[in-house]
Amino acid sequence: MARITLDNLAHSYNPTPASQDDYALKELNYDWEDGEAYALLGSSGCGKSTLLNIISGLLMPSQGRILFDGKDVTRAPTAERNIAQVFQFPVVYDTMTVHDNLAFPLRNRGRDETYVAERVQEIARMIGMEDMLRKKARGLGADAKQKISLGRGMVRKDVNALLFDEPLTVIDPHMKWELRTQLKKLHHDFGHTMIYVTHDQTEALTFADKVVVMYDGRVVQIGTPEELFERPAHTFVGYFIGSPGMNVIPAKVEGTKAYINGSEIALGAGYAPVSGKVEIGVRPEFARLSESEGLPVKVRRVEDAGRHKIIRAEFFGQDINIIAGEDDPVRADMTRVTFDPARVNVYANDWRVAPQGGEAA
Amino acid sequence: MQQKTTNHKAWFLVLPVLVLVAFSAVIPLMTVVNYSVQDTFGNNQFFWAGLEWFQEMLSDERMWNALQRQLMFSGIILAIEIPLGIFVALNMPKSGFWSSFCLVVMSLPLLIPWNVVGTIWQIFGRVDIGLLGYTLDALGIDYNYTQDTISAWITIIVMDVWHWTSLVALLAFAGLKSIPDAYYQAARIDQANRWKVFRFIELPKMMGVLMIAILLRFMDSFMIYTEPFVVTGGGPGNATTLLSIDLVKMALGQFDLGPAAAFSLMYFLVILLISWVFYTVMVNLDKKGM
Repeated sequence: MARITLDNLAHSYNPTPASQDDYALKELNYDWEDGEAYALLGSSGCGKSTLLNIISGLLMPSQGRILFDGKDVTRAPTAERNIAQVFQFPVVYDTMTVHDNLAFPLRNRGRDETYVAERVQEIARMIGMEDMLRKKARGLGADAKQKISLGRGMVRKDVNALLFDEPLTVIDPHMKWELRTQLKKLHHDFGHTMIYVTHDQTEALTFADKVVVMYDGRVVQIGTPEELFERPAHTFVGYFIGSPGMNVIPAKVEGTKAYINGSEIALGAGYAPVSGKVEIGVRPEFARLSESEGLPVKVRRVEDAGRHKIIRAEFFGQDINIIAGEDDPVRADMTRVTFDPARVNVYANDWRVAPQGGEAA
Repeated sequence: MQQKTTNHKAWFLVLPVLVLVAFSAVIPLMTVVNYSVQDTFGNNQFFWAGLEWFQEMLSDERMWNALQRQLMFSGIILAIEIPLGIFVALNMPKSGFWSSFCLVVMSLPLLIPWNVVGTIWQIFGRVDIGLLGYTLDALGIDYNYTQDTISAWITIIVMDVWHWTSLVALLAFAGLKSIPDAYYQAARIDQANRWKVFRFIELPKMMGVLMIAILLRFMDSFMIYTEPFVVTGGGPGNATTLLSIDLVKMALGQFDLGPAAAFSLMYFLVILLISWVFYTVMVNLDKKGM
């Protein structure tokens, strides 16, 4: 297992990139700590698979270095990096038995058969396929095949990192839960460094210690699920994480107050003068309908999501969402909305502005 | 339970096809069957012969020899064309201009009419004026396809390989192209060497198209007539008289219509049988999820 350092890393699929826009992955510096579980989260085409393929050595970055435990491996081929990768579509060797599939990486590295047999048994127990070892891989279902590729990744004890490229996309929903739980358990038991690419926020938030959110080739925030929820560093994070995402409303910020169309909203902290495109962001969870307090709002629609209600409303000509508890009343005379001041974030040109005097605890 | 609708008028929709197939295949075949069970004399006099011609042909060494040569020919060209086609496909550029270029160049032999292919090689191999024959002769190699059995066989085999390996290569290439990149990436991560990539990824994924290639090449080579006929005319002696050449000699050369009809029916059954075996094997492979 290893600590993975990205040093000034960037990649463009265009051999002569002219501008920032040509980069699929924009310049990036980061340390992936040994033994942590990371999720790389972002919409399609945001550069997450590019980053993963650079780490695994399937792709050569156009600039910068990548280090495993301080050793430069930028130019090292995949095999030398000693990493394991599980792909979106299950990759198994069809003509081999499950046993031979699991043994394949070890045999290719010339390990002796007693060790191989022992290791395969161990992995088969881990992924719950002990009784299928003699079966040909060809006839198995997608989830069983994906388990095999997962097992093949873990059969080597000394892997530096386990990389997952949207591994649960083709798996049935009820199997997703099982496999994800299994992955978490494996991480807990064996402490591999794991990097998990996904566009599904639930997967990312439940799997990872730290979530890396990418947008347009750039890492916009790295943090715990809680941090991403409470203090999204970029409006994209606010929008992408949460269901529905954060409300982003154009505003003017002065000190401890924000003004929307001249109406005042209290902020949890004071801000130095902010320039550029200024917006405030409030998660629907921290907005509340009221009869008398706050600013006027026009309720358009109420959706009952079971445990809570989602209220779709119009607020100064803009759509916003409000989440109300299952038992909270929603009545026709509730025409105003209030925001929890401590939970209002301020954004300038889409990036979060830190309040004066540091973050509130 | 849903009531099944019965409408016999629907048969009229199938009728055109039935008529077409009847005239193009069934009725001609029936005339052959008709010939095979009768003896014909001048003035269109027919006498019932029963299974006599079949018995005669089955005990005739001539047909067995032709069958033996035929199997040898098909076996040899399959043994060369399939591996060679795979080899070519593996070494073709996967994309870009050169990939398209290779595809076009390789398709060229497939577009040449059979008798032209025969004529090309007939002249190419001639010792007096052909580039190949003349060169070999000048190098002191004893090569003469009109007199020497080995030379004749080599000529028709090389000609077939030249003509048809492209087909196998194109099919194999299509099979290779359909393998997702992830397989190769996984193999790199698993540290599989080139041979293992071929053995465990490429070959299994190509199996389906290769089966089709083998079937097509087998059937085509088993029925081959024009090219060897143009080059060697079945000679020297009977050395390259393959089944269909022998059949034409018998039917149109000697006008032995009865035996030739019996012969062609058995020929047809052999091809049908082998194709059926192939089909069954392929379907079973499909079921296993290839």
